[in-house]
Amino acid sequence: MKLLKGLLKTPGFLIGMGLFLATLILAFVVPLFMNVDTVTRVGLPYSPPSKEHWLGTDHMGVDMVSMLIQGLRASLHVGFLAGTVASVLGTLIGVYGGYKGGLLDDVLTVVTNLFLVIPSLIVLILLSSSLDQGRSLSLIALIIGCTTWTWSARAVRAQSASLRSRDHVSLARINGYGTFGIVILHILPYLLSYIFMVFIIQTATGILSEASISMLGLGPYDSVSLGKILNDAIRKEALTDGAWWAFVPAMVLVTVIAFALYVINTSMEGVFNPRLRK
Amino acid sequence: MLGRAGWYFVTFLVAVTINFLLPRMGDASPIDTIMAKSAGASIDTQAAREKEEAYMKEFGLVELDAQGKVMHDAAGKPLRSSLVKQFGRYVAMSLQGDLGTSILQYPKRVSEIIKTALPWTLALQLPTIVLGWLIGNLLGALAAYKRGVFDKAFYPLALLASAIPAFCFGIGLVYIFGIRLEWFPAVGGYDDGLTPSLTAAFLSSASYYYVLPFFSVFLIVVGGQAIGMRSMCIYELGTDYVKYAKLLGISESKILLYMFRNAMLPQLTGLALALGGMVGGALIAEMIFSYPGLGQAILTAIQGNDYPLITGCTLLITVSVLIANFAVDILIGLLDPRIRVGQGGK
Repeated sequence: MKLLKGLLKTPGFLIGMGLFLATLILAFVVPLFMNVDTVTRVGLPYSPPSKEHWLGTDHMGVDMVSMLIQGLRASLHVGFLAGTVASVLGTLIGVYGGYKGGLLDDVLTVVTNLFLVIPSLIVLILLSSSLDQGRSLSLIALIIGCTTWTWSARAVRAQSASLRSRDHVSLARINGYGTFGIVILHILPYLLSYIFMVFIIQTATGILSEASISMLGLGPYDSVSLGKILNDAIRKEALTDGAWWAFVPAMVLVTVIAFALYVINTSMEGVFNPRLRK
Repeated sequence: MLGRAGWYFVTFLVAVTINFLLPRMGDASPIDTIMAKSAGASIDTQAAREKEEAYMKEFGLVELDAQGKVMHDAAGKPLRSSLVKQFGRYVAMSLQGDLGTSILQYPKRVSEIIKTALPWTLALQLPTIVLGWLIGNLLGALAAYKRGVFDKAFYPLALLASAIPAFCFGIGLVYIFGIRLEWFPAVGGYDDGLTPSLTAAFLSSASYYYVLPFFSVFLIVVGGQAIGMRSMCIYELGTDYVKYAKLLGISESKILLYMFRNAMLPQLTGLALALGGMVGGALIAEMIFSYPGLGQAILTAIQGNDYPLITGCTLLITVSVLIANFAVDILIGLLDPRIRVGQGGK
């Protein structure tokens, strides 16, 4: 509770949360009051912003605001799914290796470091280009989650290893708790705030990875996404046509989400790690 | 050091395996895609079959007889090699630098395409990452030490710079400075009329085209590194040796130097870990600027389903990142007396 109060007093946290909530409202509340249509051509290609269409139209003549809302929803979907997969994988591997130690820990650490060194974008490119026929939005999120977990595994392992020799953990071990019980009851609760921070960063990574992979033309076939909007704008010469409304809003949205999540993360770090306060 | 080298060798093997396995795992068989693309899709003519066999031979998927001809089974179908045999062939070929033939730019060799693209990528990425790392760390240390107004202004800016995705930054720079203001060329690596050579005309043109791609990566690296260094230095500032040095009246710049040295080591380790991500971001920046490097090569390869070129590029990038990591590891060993002793002892 005290920590929560501390958080609510941190300007960084409030700014980050405010920005993030704003994107959520845009994605889920605004559509209740307006017609989101990403199919109908409502005007000429790249019509500039007007009263009816605040951000003009894209290369097909579709309303840009609708595209952005749909794209934002897709990006958030990918972010949360990829973030969840990566955090769960990372936490499981990190906590287990860190607590158990020994040979198993060594093996897990080697595997983690190995995939940490191989650029995840490369694995993403290889995987996505081999799944040419059926790259759905959720599948892309899963692939992203499976290629970005290494970072969180490493971070969580370090934390969990430092808890291993704490008194309360030793006491639980003497009292006959099994590995599972100790991990759930005596290690995870101490790591919750940390894991939450990991989840936030992994979500941001997921959103950025989707945008990157879509920019390469390896985006989902079943959905609009912020990355795909950018990819279309570049391929269909929005830049040289001066149609800024076709890419600037999408860029701003991606940046705002990533920035908001990073700021939330660093401000939480500041509150949970008193050394950084001052 | 031998242990480290062995570890990197294992990582290299895994990278090669991923490069081999992933394209063969998916439902889109490269050969089917190529065949569907080259006219006369599913027509089973003699010519189409011969073409398919030629591709299969190219990819090393089939057994060859002594004359180097494709062997056939009883039904007249080409005899497929086992996955293990294919893998052996792939590794042997990769080690000899033979990455196959490009489909899109047939009959150009993949290694040839990479050879012309690689210098551009190296020239762009090496200086941006090294300089960005150095300057980012210096600024981060300064922000931590000075605090006050400098820190208050610098920290949010650095946070924003590190949060802006590389591609957004790239698109923004192209649009503002390349297309709107026309200060710098928006796309490409050099003037159209020139050919790459070591003449003054070419070099000046290339450096003019270099400015925007450089900054699109550089500023992001600076921002990210500065944030890490700042929190590292705030931690160092609270340690006893800094307090003691201050009490002794040692000059500010000297304390900063001590602190910098100590905080730099974790940052170097961080660099080794972040290299993969940085290279990925820089590749995407290359694509946005149509820079004649590997990023552009991958982009066209993906768009044209040029599988040999895709895997050739990905393999090379992974290997380069591994080598860079190895270099950073050695550097850490040289700079950190504790690790130096540990390595000498083993």
